Amino acid sequence: MANVATAVEPGRRRKGVSAVVSAVLRFVVVGAVTFLGLLTVTFFIGRVVPIDPVLAIVGDRASASAVAAARQQYGLDLPLWQQFALYLKKALTGDFGTSVLSSNPVMQDILRVFPATLELATAGTLIGLFFGIPLGVLAAVKRDSLIDQIVRVIGLVGYSIPIFWLGLMGLLIFYAKLDWVAGPGRIDIAYEYTFTPITGLFLFDAAIQGEWAAFADIFSHIILPASLLGYFSMAYISRMTRSFMLNELAQEYIVAARAKGLRETRIIWGHALRNAAVPLVTVIALSYATLLEGSVLTETIFAWPGIGMYLTNSLQNADMNAVLGGTIVIGTVFIGLNLFADLLYRLLDPRTRA
Amino acid sequence: MSANAISRRDWLLSERPQSRLQARLGRAYMTWRRFSANRLALIGLAIIVALLVVAAFADLIAPYPPTVGDLRQGLLPPSAEHWFGTDDQGRDILSRVIYGSRLTLYVIVLVAIIAAPVGLIVGTVAGYAGGWIDVVLTRITDIFLAFPKLILALAFVAALGPGIENAVIAIAITSWPPYARIARAETLTVRNSDYISAVRLMGASPWRIILRHIMPLCISSLIVRVTLDMAGIIITAAGLGFLGLGAQPPLPEWGAMIASGRRFILDQWWVAAMPGAAILIVSLGFNLLGDGLRDALDPRGSRQ
Repeated sequence: MANVATAVEPGRRRKGVSAVVSAVLRFVVVGAVTFLGLLTVTFFIGRVVPIDPVLAIVGDRASASAVAAARQQYGLDLPLWQQFALYLKKALTGDFGTSVLSSNPVMQDILRVFPATLELATAGTLIGLFFGIPLGVLAAVKRDSLIDQIVRVIGLVGYSIPIFWLGLMGLLIFYAKLDWVAGPGRIDIAYEYTFTPITGLFLFDAAIQGEWAAFADIFSHIILPASLLGYFSMAYISRMTRSFMLNELAQEYIVAARAKGLRETRIIWGHALRNAAVPLVTVIALSYATLLEGSVLTETIFAWPGIGMYLTNSLQNADMNAVLGGTIVIGTVFIGLNLFADLLYRLLDPRTRA
Repeated sequence: MSANAISRRDWLLSERPQSRLQARLGRAYMTWRRFSANRLALIGLAIIVALLVVAAFADLIAPYPPTVGDLRQGLLPPSAEHWFGTDDQGRDILSRVIYGSRLTLYVIVLVAIIAAPVGLIVGTVAGYAGGWIDVVLTRITDIFLAFPKLILALAFVAALGPGIENAVIAIAITSWPPYARIARAETLTVRNSDYISAVRLMGASPWRIILRHIMPLCISSLIVRVTLDMAGIIITAAGLGFLGLGAQPPLPEWGAMIASGRRFILDQWWVAAMPGAAILIVSLGFNLLGDGLRDALDPRGSRQ
């Protein structure tokens, strides 16, 4: 394979460029279509499924004049297709209407809470990577050994356990009984007014301002929810790493490397893992997307003021604009990460480039 | 009778089955042998059978009524009378978990009955028809596949209103796309085979070909996938119940029970812990069973 590629080097390079262009084009087109699909579905949820969408927006307790005003304001007296066009136009400019609960524009609310979710999901993914990759590699190298069985059990339990229940049990054990970590919330009330967020990623903010006492407190708050999310990420990443590594270890270049007399650690961590890293990048992106979704229930448990808690709060108060706005934002990030994973895979793997 | 000399096993494993029944029984026997060689899969099967038995005979097994409690006996820790303790309204948690198994079964069966046929029809039609029908259906499937399932289910329930039926609808709407994908892939592998051409030459209509000759071939991979999805469905339904969007009180739905135990988590941990453990065990059962079925029904595609 390799020498064929070098023999046709000039032609291949041109082909490679066009493959990159087509992969990026695919990313853009599929992304646009899927995003349009998301907007269609949310439009359907917001305007067609409820018996009276106006009531869904202003709530049950609104006065008759408020209902009439809302009907006009949202163009709900127009035919459905015009409503849809209006909805698309507004959604594309980031206008999801006003939240009944906070009386702010929904987009403003979401931008305020989003960093909290981003911080939690990032911490979770990092924990998942840190433990998941070594576990997966070891499980593949020592197949059917104890560590392989452990990875299987971690995966099985990860697919079988409700995250909100695990969160409650975690609070019970590590907060109430052992007192190792701080309880619900993001930061202690003692720091709430002295600490000034800059980016909204509290750990980062505390570190650059040198507020180490606040940093320790924030760390103590984030470690439990992040570890729980990290567990699910680890379950997924270790399973996939194992499978990719098994695939690589069966290749001929591994035999060649062994025949050459390379040390086993070098073969495994230097050669096999490097090749397995290509599909792994996509797994990491997918895991990140899943954590973003999983953070909805986790945030509710830990009173974590992110987009998940915003969404569930809005749900319980029938604040439909906020629900749809939150759904669209989470959905967009989720779709974006999914397609980004696909794009990376196409760009990084030389075999899909041919 | 020399037939006695042939053991039942030989009859089942015969190279030349005399009837269609014999061939089918023989294949079922071989699948069962592969399945039962897997100890974990048998444990999974045992858990699911236990779930069915408990749900069917909940009236006989449960020691107390599920929705009526004795307020003087509230929040008792696990004991000989109340194995799982009691909740804030003095209801026996074990009895509620037992009756809750019915709701769990109700949800997963309904979701499977709605989502699997939808996926099957979309996938087989897309795969068999080809052309623009395939493009459109596959695009729609991919769009739904790209959505975050839980978030979409949440939004649907928000619009439909809370309740266990609406939770079922919301989960079903978000879970059909993988089935469509599988059915389409299976259809593509058989659509150009000789026997389909033969049926077509005999004048069978496209619908007849899809219904009678393609769909049956998709069933086994679909069963595997549905079984593996059961755990996810249970967890999503429990999540909706936990947020107060699924089954409503006083129904003993496991997710809603965890939500009601949340207030007492620090002192009366058993109120939330017990239903969660039930969810964990049943989900684990479905995952083990699904893994076993996959290995038994599809030896080629099983794990490396």
